[in-house]
Amino acid sequence: MKGMSAIVKSITNITIGFIFLYGVYIILHGHLTPGGGFAGGVIIAGVFVLKVLAFGVDKSAEKKSSTIASIFESIGGLLFVGVALLGLIVMGTFFLNFLPKGEPFRLLSAGIIPLCNIAIGIKVGAGLFSIFLALAAVKYIMED
Amino acid sequence: MIIFVSCILLFLIGLYAIVIKRNLIKIAIGFALIEYAVNLLFALVGFKRGALAPIITQIDTPHHFVDPIPQALVLTAIVIALGTTALMLTVILRIYNQYKTFDIAKIKKLTG
Amino acid sequence: MTIIPLYIAIPLISAFLIPILGKIYKPLVWMFSTMVSFALFILSLYGIVLTQETSLIVYKMGNWAPPLGIVMAFDSFSAFMVLVIAIIVFACCLFSIRFLSNYTGQWKFYTLFMLMTAGIMGIVITGDLFNMFVFLEIAAIASYALVAFGLKGEQLEASFKYMVMGEIGGLTFLLAIALLYAKVSTLNLADISMSLQTIHGTTFFWMVLGLIVFAFSIKAALVPFHSWCPDAYPAALAPISSLLAGVCTKVFGIYTLARIIFNVFAVSRATDPWFFNILIGMGLLSIIFAGLTALNQKDYKRLLAYSSISQVGFILLGFGIGNYFGVVGAIFYILAHGLSKALLFFTSGSIVHSIDKTNIADLSGLGEQMPTTAWSFRIGAMSVIGLPPFVGFWAKLFIIIGAVKAGMIWIAILTGALSILSLAYLLKIENNVFMKKTTAIIKGTPFTMRIAMVFMVVLIVVLGLGFQPFVDFIIGPAAHALLRGVEYAHLVFEGVVTGF
Repeated sequence: MKGMSAIVKSITNITIGFIFLYGVYIILHGHLTPGGGFAGGVIIAGVFVLKVLAFGVDKSAEKKSSTIASIFESIGGLLFVGVALLGLIVMGTFFLNFLPKGEPFRLLSAGIIPLCNIAIGIKVGAGLFSIFLALAAVKYIMED
Repeated sequence: MIIFVSCILLFLIGLYAIVIKRNLIKIAIGFALIEYAVNLLFALVGFKRGALAPIITQIDTPHHFVDPIPQALVLTAIVIALGTTALMLTVILRIYNQYKTFDIAKIKKLTG
Repeated sequence: MTIIPLYIAIPLISAFLIPILGKIYKPLVWMFSTMVSFALFILSLYGIVLTQETSLIVYKMGNWAPPLGIVMAFDSFSAFMVLVIAIIVFACCLFSIRFLSNYTGQWKFYTLFMLMTAGIMGIVITGDLFNMFVFLEIAAIASYALVAFGLKGEQLEASFKYMVMGEIGGLTFLLAIALLYAKVSTLNLADISMSLQTIHGTTFFWMVLGLIVFAFSIKAALVPFHSWCPDAYPAALAPISSLLAGVCTKVFGIYTLARIIFNVFAVSRATDPWFFNILIGMGLLSIIFAGLTALNQKDYKRLLAYSSISQVGFILLGFGIGNYFGVVGAIFYILAHGLSKALLFFTSGSIVHSIDKTNIADLSGLGEQMPTTAWSFRIGAMSVIGLPPFVGFWAKLFIIIGAVKAGMIWIAILTGALSILSLAYLLKIENNVFMKKTTAIIKGTPFTMRIAMVFMVVLIVVLGLGFQPFVDFIIGPAAHALLRGVEYAHLVFEGVVTGF
């Protein structure tokens, strides 16, 4: 698909960093404020969708992006189930909260919940980007 | 009570759209209406008058909180509805690609 | 005891690993999937051994005690369903090794396959109502995508129809959960069961139960909500058709209905006989309507789809009779029909692989050139009709004995007479497809597909000849697990306290 005009491209270059930072903030503070893995993941997917819409993508770049998104999605899923199984192997129950809990209202507290939030954020971000690429790729098939 | 009845009314409007309309995209919109209605009903089940949002802050005054379990369940249900809507829209686009129409009366390769 | 979460964790991990393995080396995908499904089969046998010692095993996730936490309640009925699922998933994995050799994107197929396995394993193990809904939706979305896998016109259309009807069922179930939560404020199945004892028989009770029966009748393809089924089963690829017909419709609709009616709402024939008579009526409607429609179908797989709808009516009839022999017959028929119908869909897949036609008028005289397929069809068909000594005969016999013991003689006679319908339409296939003579030369069935069919045939014959110990040790405890009603809730709370 074609990109947009030069004004849109330069503004996108500036704002992508800030939006990504905001998404990471929402994921990391998931155990203190509303949000968490899913909402932050949607914002991160929005970053990639914005880049594709502003700059355009051709067929080979779309295939490469799709492969990388698929690998990141698998990594996110494996991280989540791996943390759950680590509770089984180390301490004896599936999904047990086995890391030290710390004091409330600090960033490094609440056991495995920040790790689960990060894994969900990666998976949701990559997954929504893959859905966007699959819906956009129908255009190429229609031109064949 | 009136809120619950209006949620069920929204559910019935969505069901009407799925059953009666002939355009594929309108059927998908009917689905979105049904999902909104069910999620809204579920989130409103835990409401109490004069209670706060269920977030523990550093001001520790014991106060009534709204029930947090339906909110967690509605979050899960919204994600599931997202997955279903994405799959439905992709299938609709590929059907358009093959049959060149959005009308369900003309998509009739399977008969018997 | 710690293997219980492994039933869900192992397919889930393999579903996330398969995309990465597919990028490294392509044949690794089916080798890995076959090994995982074989490991699940061995673990399911161990699960049955576990439930012989303790009647109900409770596993707390994350060590949170109910009703705060989510538990897995693994009793004999769950162990039996895990065994059925593992057998049919392993056979379908074996069958699809060679069947998919012409398709690119095999890693997508196996990822969805493993996700669906994780979903249906989760439905039968869990003891929490919303957890059951989440696993139901995971497995349902994976099955919608698998029906559309070949991306031809018929498959997309069938998948869309299946998706619309299945989602209406799923969202109605969510509405029922919302209404139930508004009343009892808990989601644990055992806790709901204890709380519903006080409001048993009120209007609210029957309204929620009616919504749940409606939602699961759509998912189980019972008449009159069955119209997605004759489109989805023929259009899908053969290993997916056999998985859907053999396991998925039964787990989505029949297992959840049985668990909720018998254990959560605790309705029994002694207290409300009219409800069970409604179930018997729905079962008979399915058997007669689908059986008669199957008589004039011209497509091989569509006829088998109507036959599946008809036989699921027998299972509902067995649950509706409600005493020990009826429920034993229904549970045994879940296994018998699963094996036989999966075998019949395997034969259709073998024919499509060799000739690529499914209209009965186009196929004739395949009996001499494809002997494995022909004999598999004959044995599977005899099991579906209910001829001794195959496993379908004993299951239907138990249902008939249950009807006689409950005093419903005319239902017993009707059950025997309706098996003649199955004989009629299956004989139509046998006559036209396998018996006449032809001179066309066709390529033979590959070795792994033949192994999968022979595996199912061996299971049908062995379970048919040796049904007595199987019924005593595995199916009897499963029927007791259902019929004990509110005892389920007491056993769950006991298992929590003693730290199981």
